[in-house]
Amino acid sequence: MITLDFAAVMVEWRALLQGVAMTLGLTAVATLLGLALGVACAWSRLQGPAALRWLAATYVELIRNTPFIVQLFFIFFGLPGLGVRLSPEQASVLAMVINLGAYAAEILRSGIEATPRGQLEAARSLALSEWQVFTRVVLPPSIGRVWPALVSQIIIVMLGSAVCGQIATAELSYQANLIHSRNFRAFEATIVATGLYLALAVLLRQLLNWLGPLLIFGRVAPTHGGH
Amino acid sequence: MVDFTWWDILRNLLLAARWTVALSLIALVGGGLLGAALLLARLARWPGAATAVSAYVQLFQGTPLLMQLFLAYFGFALLGVNVSAWVAAGLALTLYSSAYLTEIWRGCVQAIPRGQWEAADSLALSFGEKMRHVIGPQALRLAIAPTVGFAVQAVKGTALASVIGFVELTKAGGMITNATFRPFTVYAFVALLYFALCFPLSAWSRSLERKLRRAH
Repeated sequence: MITLDFAAVMVEWRALLQGVAMTLGLTAVATLLGLALGVACAWSRLQGPAALRWLAATYVELIRNTPFIVQLFFIFFGLPGLGVRLSPEQASVLAMVINLGAYAAEILRSGIEATPRGQLEAARSLALSEWQVFTRVVLPPSIGRVWPALVSQIIIVMLGSAVCGQIATAELSYQANLIHSRNFRAFEATIVATGLYLALAVLLRQLLNWLGPLLIFGRVAPTHGGH
Repeated sequence: MVDFTWWDILRNLLLAARWTVALSLIALVGGGLLGAALLLARLARWPGAATAVSAYVQLFQGTPLLMQLFLAYFGFALLGVNVSAWVAAGLALTLYSSAYLTEIWRGCVQAIPRGQWEAADSLALSFGEKMRHVIGPQALRLAIAPTVGFAVQAVKGTALASVIGFVELTKAGGMITNATFRPFTVYAFVALLYFALCFPLSAWSRSLERKLRRAH
């Protein structure tokens, strides 16, 4: 006879809440820095000097073709061999930033490539500098075009952060493991944590769908190819 | 003190990589069959199928694969069944792949013009005949590139099976690190081996996509 005891898990709500907070914190930092890295790489691949183009392409391919857990272990266990010693939280954030940066670079690149030529010509004819053309004319509507794909990728990174518990970062999955090591309710603790991840994914999507237009591309008129 | 050469490390990792490949194949074949069955249930308009399948997809795409692996692992234990990491990892990765593949393939079927469905209907083809002769072949052509693309995701997903004790490439990396104390070298090799598995698939998927775009 199977008996499920969720009450034994729910009394540990404080630990679960701390886990949720850590997961969200990691995701927030990784999103900000990862998107910035993605923009830099997308620019490098499209307009940078040849060496930078090659570097960005190599980085993107290396990250997209290896598992996140291996990237994390390499950073946490491998880098101390080079004298770089990071705390679990630092290693987790760094791995998430590097991971999101590569995927975001590819997504943003397709958005930037879809910029109508006329927009560039108009901007240049107004004597804007290349920097101004990229940051004011090209980038905001490009982000707008690919925002749904970026949001999905941010959510994938948030869900992927469950792996960071393996190097003792106290995020949600780590707290769930800690709870069931105390009360032996492994299945229930995992179900509860999984439910929380699902809720976080739904809420994060809502939040980003609302924040994106508000902060990044809401003030630009929708261009051809918009959603 | 035993000294380990690079070749010792690489050879042992290569042996473990066989299990990564085997688990990936299980996930793709099992997930492909289940994903196709779910898609057919949807296309045949079984009552409730659309809602149920879309909830299934949401569930697997909205939760971490690591948690799905834990649930399979602890779930069997709860049922009193003692299974190996093979069964738990195989089952979790099969379900995970089926959710992604059924959604990818649904997109491919949807991309087929309505006229094809109507023409098939007007020829009084049965559901099976429609699938076999009209919709299936066209959808298949569209599906190859994204399916190969998903194979990359499946290979990377198998790395998480290491966490429930399945000895594949990542787990072997950890074990070899414990023996050699050379995590930098070992994990660099592990990453390179994954790259060697995944990059050809990525490149193939991209070239298929380009060909398809040119054909249209």
